[in-house]
Amino acid sequence: MELSDQIAQYLVSGLSTGAIYALIGIGFAIIYNSTEIINFAQGELVMLGGMFTLFFLNTLHLPLPLAILLAVAASTASGVLFERLTISPLKSPTPLALIIITIGGSILIRGLTMLIGGKDTHALPSFSGSEPLLIGTATILPQHLWIFALTALAITLNKLFFQYTITGKAMRACAANRRAAGLVGIDVKKMVLFSFAISSALGSLAGIIVAPLTMTSYDVGIMLGLKGFCAAIIGGLSGGISTVLGGLLLGVLESLGAGLISSGYKDAIAFIILLLILFIRPQGLFGKAQTERV
Amino acid sequence: MSFLNREIVKFIALVVIILLMPILVHEGYLLNVMVFVGIHTMLALALNLLLGYAGQISLGQAGFFGLGAYISGILTATHGINPWLAMLTAAVVVTLVAFMVGFPILKLKGHYLAMATLGLGIIIYIVFNEAIDQTGGPSGLSGIPNLSIAGFIFDSDLKNYYLIWGFTLLAMGLSLNLVHSRIGRALRAIHDSEVAARVMGVNARLLKVQIFALSAGLSAIAGSLYAHTMTFIAPASFGFNFSVELITMVIIGGLASIYGSLLGAALLTVLPEILRAFHDYDIIVYGLLLVLMTMFMPGGLVKGIPSLIASIWAKSRKKVIPDA
Repeated sequence: MELSDQIAQYLVSGLSTGAIYALIGIGFAIIYNSTEIINFAQGELVMLGGMFTLFFLNTLHLPLPLAILLAVAASTASGVLFERLTISPLKSPTPLALIIITIGGSILIRGLTMLIGGKDTHALPSFSGSEPLLIGTATILPQHLWIFALTALAITLNKLFFQYTITGKAMRACAANRRAAGLVGIDVKKMVLFSFAISSALGSLAGIIVAPLTMTSYDVGIMLGLKGFCAAIIGGLSGGISTVLGGLLLGVLESLGAGLISSGYKDAIAFIILLLILFIRPQGLFGKAQTERV
Repeated sequence: MSFLNREIVKFIALVVIILLMPILVHEGYLLNVMVFVGIHTMLALALNLLLGYAGQISLGQAGFFGLGAYISGILTATHGINPWLAMLTAAVVVTLVAFMVGFPILKLKGHYLAMATLGLGIIIYIVFNEAIDQTGGPSGLSGIPNLSIAGFIFDSDLKNYYLIWGFTLLAMGLSLNLVHSRIGRALRAIHDSEVAARVMGVNARLLKVQIFALSAGLSAIAGSLYAHTMTFIAPASFGFNFSVELITMVIIGGLASIYGSLLGAALLTVLPEILRAFHDYDIIVYGLLLVLMTMFMPGGLVKGIPSLIASIWAKSRKKVIPDA
């Protein structure tokens, strides 16, 4: 049963990368729902999560849990700053202008990180040892468990926030109809800022928990960001459970494709799926088609 | 003088300047920079037709540029086919491919279109890297022959200068003609409101795909010219960063301006040469330029500088005649 063992192994690693994509994808969806912006700089915040942790850990010699918390805080602050400096001052931006500004911003963040932190690739220590555990026929690393647990925790907290807090409800109101939300007294600009803060926090968390497995450097943000976007698109940009499913599906397909077909074309698989979804079901795998308003 | 005549005079003046340039600039290194300005102008022009006139973004232009270069390179270096024939094949194949993928891709709008073209560009880039048997993989493809006409080989910087600029000026002339035609007006109508354009009888769907295919074909010709002048190509020249660089050229020069493409391409090609110290960090400058230009000078330099001068002029006049 050589092949089924392999497949079990691919499933484990696929699900854990899929969880990462899901976290990043939810970040995309939160910003999109409150602003209709696809934040092309989302991936850079993922990268910042890993790089900040590294800085706090290696340069300031802080303990790992503290370094992680500070890194999430610092990345969130970066995301908020980015929104304040580039998105917020615009009066009535066209989609094209927003695409170009967020791309420009992502290049800037990446470049500055390279300037300050250098071009080297770094490894982050695993959160709790690297002794593989045996589950059935597949081996699983403790870091995989951390990824599953922290992702589940983050998604649950996120869900509770949007469902039960007044701010979360206000943000959902903005997503449904920004103008109407403004008319009932919701500070829309503040909600936009919150959406950048939450998605930066989720993104940086994703960057931190994946770093012990995949290493981190100034340029890991591009691919992770794009894959997260794929996950969001598969899920139909809803930000809910369908985005999570989208991420997991993407992670598993990519892992199986890399293992069974070709590892060189691993990254291409995600983009082929992206194109197929956009061509055939732009509303996402689980979404309903919407009519266009003029 | 009528509008059309003025356009023609402006273009002829440009042609004369370009033809006479080597009298002033005859050092090999500078000529080589000018060759790159020519290739980049052609690419920025191709993107501007799509982005500036039709208002459709493409983040995969570097992919089409690379396809042109690799088709030309593989056909000549590996299979020994005549370079001109290879260039023609590259242009036709890439145009057809773009025409076919154009239908599903250009149904998408805004961010979705940006992501789809980006994905397409990255897939092409991955193939350049992975199809090692054909492309040579990350280490590149060498031994691509120069172009030649009846024994006259384009093998020096000066010859290449005239070869590239011949093509670039031709592309500029044709583009000027295109944007001042009925099609150009239809494209701008699509840019302003696709629905309104369709109501007025413009076949928006087909026209968008056609301009996408034209843009891709033009980029492929630029790629083929690049391959035959450099005689060596590697995937690194055709990645996502280069697509962004092309967007930067168009934005800085000016959206929907043929001369703006020339200005943007010239600036972004010459600037890194001047700022050699920046080497790896030039990408930061691009990022900053993209953000600042879009925020503060959305019309690009072509429109931004005259309006800046005009506003300064208006202010200074106000001071001189306070009563007026």
